[in-house]
Amino acid sequence: MSDLPVPYERDYALTLVRHMLRIRRFEEKCAELYGQQKIRGFLHLYIGEEAVAAGAIPALKSDDALVCTYREHGHALVRGIEMTALMAEMYGKREGCSRGRGGSMHIYDARTRFYGGNAIVGGGLPMTVGLALADHLRGTRRVTAGFFGEGAMAEGVFHESMNLAALWKLPVLFCCENNLYAMGTRLDRSESQTDLTVKAASFGVPTRKVDGMDVVAVHEAAKEAVAYVRERQSPLFVEFQTYRFRAHSMFDPDLYRDKGEVEQWKQHGPLHTFTDRLKAQGLMTEDDFQRLDGEVNAEVAAAVAYAEQGGWEPIEDLTRDVYTPS
Amino acid sequence: MKITYREAVRQALRDALTRDPRVFLMGEDIGRYGGSYAVTKGFLEEFGPERIRDTPLSELAFVGCGVGAALGGMRPIVEVMTVNFSLLALDQIMNNAALLRHMSGGQFSVPLVIRMATGAGRQLAAQHSHSLEGWYAHIPGIKIIAPATIEDARGMLAPALADPDPVLIFEHVLLYNMEGELTVPEAEADIAHARVRREGADVTLITYGGTLWKTLEAAEALAEDGISAEVIDLRVLRPLDDATFLESVRKTRRAVVVDEGWRSGSLAAEVSARIMEQAFYDLDAPVARVCSEEVPIPYARHLEEAALPQVPKIVAMVKALRPNK
Repeated sequence: MSDLPVPYERDYALTLVRHMLRIRRFEEKCAELYGQQKIRGFLHLYIGEEAVAAGAIPALKSDDALVCTYREHGHALVRGIEMTALMAEMYGKREGCSRGRGGSMHIYDARTRFYGGNAIVGGGLPMTVGLALADHLRGTRRVTAGFFGEGAMAEGVFHESMNLAALWKLPVLFCCENNLYAMGTRLDRSESQTDLTVKAASFGVPTRKVDGMDVVAVHEAAKEAVAYVRERQSPLFVEFQTYRFRAHSMFDPDLYRDKGEVEQWKQHGPLHTFTDRLKAQGLMTEDDFQRLDGEVNAEVAAAVAYAEQGGWEPIEDLTRDVYTPS
Repeated sequence: MKITYREAVRQALRDALTRDPRVFLMGEDIGRYGGSYAVTKGFLEEFGPERIRDTPLSELAFVGCGVGAALGGMRPIVEVMTVNFSLLALDQIMNNAALLRHMSGGQFSVPLVIRMATGAGRQLAAQHSHSLEGWYAHIPGIKIIAPATIEDARGMLAPALADPDPVLIFEHVLLYNMEGELTVPEAEADIAHARVRREGADVTLITYGGTLWKTLEAAEALAEDGISAEVIDLRVLRPLDDATFLESVRKTRRAVVVDEGWRSGSLAAEVSARIMEQAFYDLDAPVARVCSEEVPIPYARHLEEAALPQVPKIVAMVKALRPNK
């Protein structure tokens, strides 16, 4: 845990807390709703990794683009997708951001240029490069951020995509969320080179390694990284070292890692370490935290109510949106 | 004026590049090399490296990159050298290009065109002789077209580019050198309908792509034996234009589907099933198929020929239906 002073004004710091809290409380509620079978299918929780989305995504401009993974609720929330539309999507309701067609793994939002949600590991990476290519060809100075886990770095598509982005000097920010486990396979059991920045550097792309449990470190690194990509119009790779506190998905009995290891990482939990620092610095009180938490819980409750009241897409519309209506 | 199929494709691409600044080409050896089938020769000099993009041998990445560029407001035309290599890009074609619109609840269309050569007949052996357009036609969310004529090679690209959804264009390798008249050069062919290429009364032959010409040859041979065959060129493999071939079958009461794909699970199987479902009581004989034999396409010329649909096989299959009875 970093004990460096937090370099932000109170309001700015509280915004980062709010981002992380919204993810935490939203997902805790999702896990509960999954138990009640309100949410079905695959559900991959981000709890423990909140500092990455909360710190990195606010470094992007509103017209930059994002491509994420199947563990993307946090990214969606920080990016500004309404929690109501997100929860409705979790329910499979027509008010969901993907009209109930996508579910947890396929969150999309055109307004915020949020291009998923992708349930194939590494599957979003070439699309990330393509969005950046479009910006390059159109002469805009937008950045496309691609989030992926360290597991994706074993896929050929990671190498192909990095190569293309580097070769063509495209404005892509590669954000690797290294939570150490590709489902149940630990990094050192799946990669011959466990220093992921070394792999990325082989493409001639500059790299950064960041403590992904520290929202300040993430945010500062992301601001520098986004500025680099925008100014140089060329890619950059950041490894955010993080850890997921929950199992891979709701089906995962989590037998492949030590309980002690999980507990140890929880000591570095991104939320409480940050709030402890803020309190120690006098930027936040316990009352502030309770007030924020109350607001976030109310927002989650409202999102659940919205999803509960939502409707089902009529069966007659089943084949809608397979093709674009002419 | 006579031009080749290659030149027709080339003219269509040049037109697209000239008319719309959002259009760009991307693929292996399309630039400096000039295209493995010489379709894009000279384009690099004419349009520059930003719009004629030579890619690394990374089918998965550059096809997926095309998906992203389409989402980002461009109109990419991705050339996958042959259908054989498209298997390396299957995840991006299937899981992103085809599914995105539906998965996103209609938020994102993918206006992407992917061109590729398909088919056998050049003694290129098993890994380079696939006809997998029928596989692709299985996937909802994409459109599959197979221009078989000079006019379609020239005309189908523009509507494919204008389409808001992904369109895969399959060009049979044996067609590139084919010569023909381009009578209406500015005509823009649609990408919705099958066409009757030869009218007839006794039997309907349904085909597409490279086997259109073998089928027309078979129809000619049948005519000499007093059998009048109608030939339907499907042109669009997804969505299939049922109405055109059903109308013909209802008239002739017999149908043979000719398809270079393997018989099991083939496009011919789909067409056949649709005829059974919708015109069973109009038939005087079971629907028949001439497909590739179920072997990897062999190298040796006589074996390759034996593996593929050929004119005598089509003629024999038609005669077995006894169309004059």
